[in-house]
Amino acid sequence: MSSTTSGRGATAAAILEVRDLDKTYPTGQRALIQAHLTVDAPQVIAIIGSSGAGKSTFIRCINRLVEPSRGSVRLHGLELTQLDRRGLRDARRRIGMIFQEFNLVQRLTVMQNVLCGRLGTVGLWQTLRWRFPPEDIRSAFELLDRVGLSGYPNQRADALSGGQRQRVGIARALMQQPELLLVDEPTASLDPKTSRQIMRLIRELAVERSTPALVNIHDVALARAFADRIIAFKAGELVFDGAPADLTDDALTLIYGAEDWTLGQRSAGAEEGEA
Amino acid sequence: MTYPSDWRAPSMLGSPGRRMALLAVLAAYLVWAIGSLEIDWDRMVRGLPRALDIFSRMMPPDVGDRWPLLWRGMIESIQMAIGSTLIGMALAIPLGLAASRNLAPRPIYLFARGLIVVGRTFHEVLIAIFFVKLFGFGPVAGLITLAFASATFLGKMLAEDIENIQPGPVEAIRSTGASFLQIVAHAVAPQVIVKTLGVLIYRLDANLRHSTVVGIVGAGGIGATLSSSFSRYDYDFAAAILLTIAALVAFGEWFSDWARRQIR
Repeated sequence: MSSTTSGRGATAAAILEVRDLDKTYPTGQRALIQAHLTVDAPQVIAIIGSSGAGKSTFIRCINRLVEPSRGSVRLHGLELTQLDRRGLRDARRRIGMIFQEFNLVQRLTVMQNVLCGRLGTVGLWQTLRWRFPPEDIRSAFELLDRVGLSGYPNQRADALSGGQRQRVGIARALMQQPELLLVDEPTASLDPKTSRQIMRLIRELAVERSTPALVNIHDVALARAFADRIIAFKAGELVFDGAPADLTDDALTLIYGAEDWTLGQRSAGAEEGEA
Repeated sequence: MTYPSDWRAPSMLGSPGRRMALLAVLAAYLVWAIGSLEIDWDRMVRGLPRALDIFSRMMPPDVGDRWPLLWRGMIESIQMAIGSTLIGMALAIPLGLAASRNLAPRPIYLFARGLIVVGRTFHEVLIAIFFVKLFGFGPVAGLITLAFASATFLGKMLAEDIENIQPGPVEAIRSTGASFLQIVAHAVAPQVIVKTLGVLIYRLDANLRHSTVVGIVGAGGIGATLSSSFSRYDYDFAAAILLTIAALVAFGEWFSDWARRQIR
């Protein structure tokens, strides 16, 4: 392995490099065992696997919403696992996150929720009065327009539909101008059509901004349709890493256990035809 | 096939034998309790005409030339209530945050919970007696008493609210690189603000009532005026004070109801 110096812009450093990542919860449950991943191009990477396989723990260990037990996570060469509080906040600023339950602050408006993406860069006193720099406000309006919510800045978040809420969640994450997007089951609370629209939006934005995205997703068909690369966890261990085309029935059986996959594939094919 | 048509709900107290035993214990306690109270019927009978005398001397309620006394007492009580509610809230915010299991580190959480338990052990009147001893007679003692009691009460309510918030938005705000205070301001506060304002207004209403009582032990306000009017046998003035207190409490009740309907 190349000797990566710390700091951004180290030429040899991958965008994200996860090595030997272990997570054991206080209950003794081993959620991650020697997980590793190298992202050296701005790809959309889908992470699949059964519930409890470690997908959610994996992406939360990257921005340390869950503290990893052992191992290394480097973002552009910067070791994230060793950072102190201050350094960690700075690193989190550079990583945007999108959630299954959207996790908007319900009583706040759409605009307030989107501006929350800039909290890490603006002082407490200004954020208390919702005074954000003009360029932040401009990019918030621009992003709202981009995700299709230009008419909604002063709507309260709890007045929106599920798909609209996820669009606000996406805009909030992109407000951070992230170098990496962590996306946790973005479509699990949405209907099939909205799910495809949201996945398409996430993919488009990731490509437009050349931002790599790690997307936890249950739906194998969606993963195949929108990802450049698929990785899979089983019981905390990485068991698959390859192109969508490599995800054969045998691979699915390895990931999820024995099952007749033909039916699933037929419906996946039908969906692709519709899209 | 026949099914039984007779069914009784199982008794809360268990078997009939156990039920009889419990009833026997209860009866024995009542006999002992009433016997040991040493109720002096003569004294109670002699009290009746005195009660009638007091009531007749209360009628009609009369303020006479004591308006300034009544006025000053009421103003003092209202100021005491408002001031103590505001000070109490200011103290309750850090206390409530510290006493929330989901925000505070374990040692701080335990310390804050302990403080709340200790603070809520004693009734306002007992605390008032203590502060009157410390700071002497007057509204300052009353203000501090009610501020202290409000802080622990509001702190406890706030902590319970914070423990019930949705963790998702907190996680989302944390993931943007926000500081702890920003997380509190932008993910926690919006989730608890409405309920907290409701509790705050309720506490203002409660403090209005408490402020009329703590005066009796010397902590100022209309309670002090009432207490001294009783000890001077100015029953008509006492009746006027009681009516004013009733009006104040009714107003507080109405205001509290109205204000809580305004915030949604």
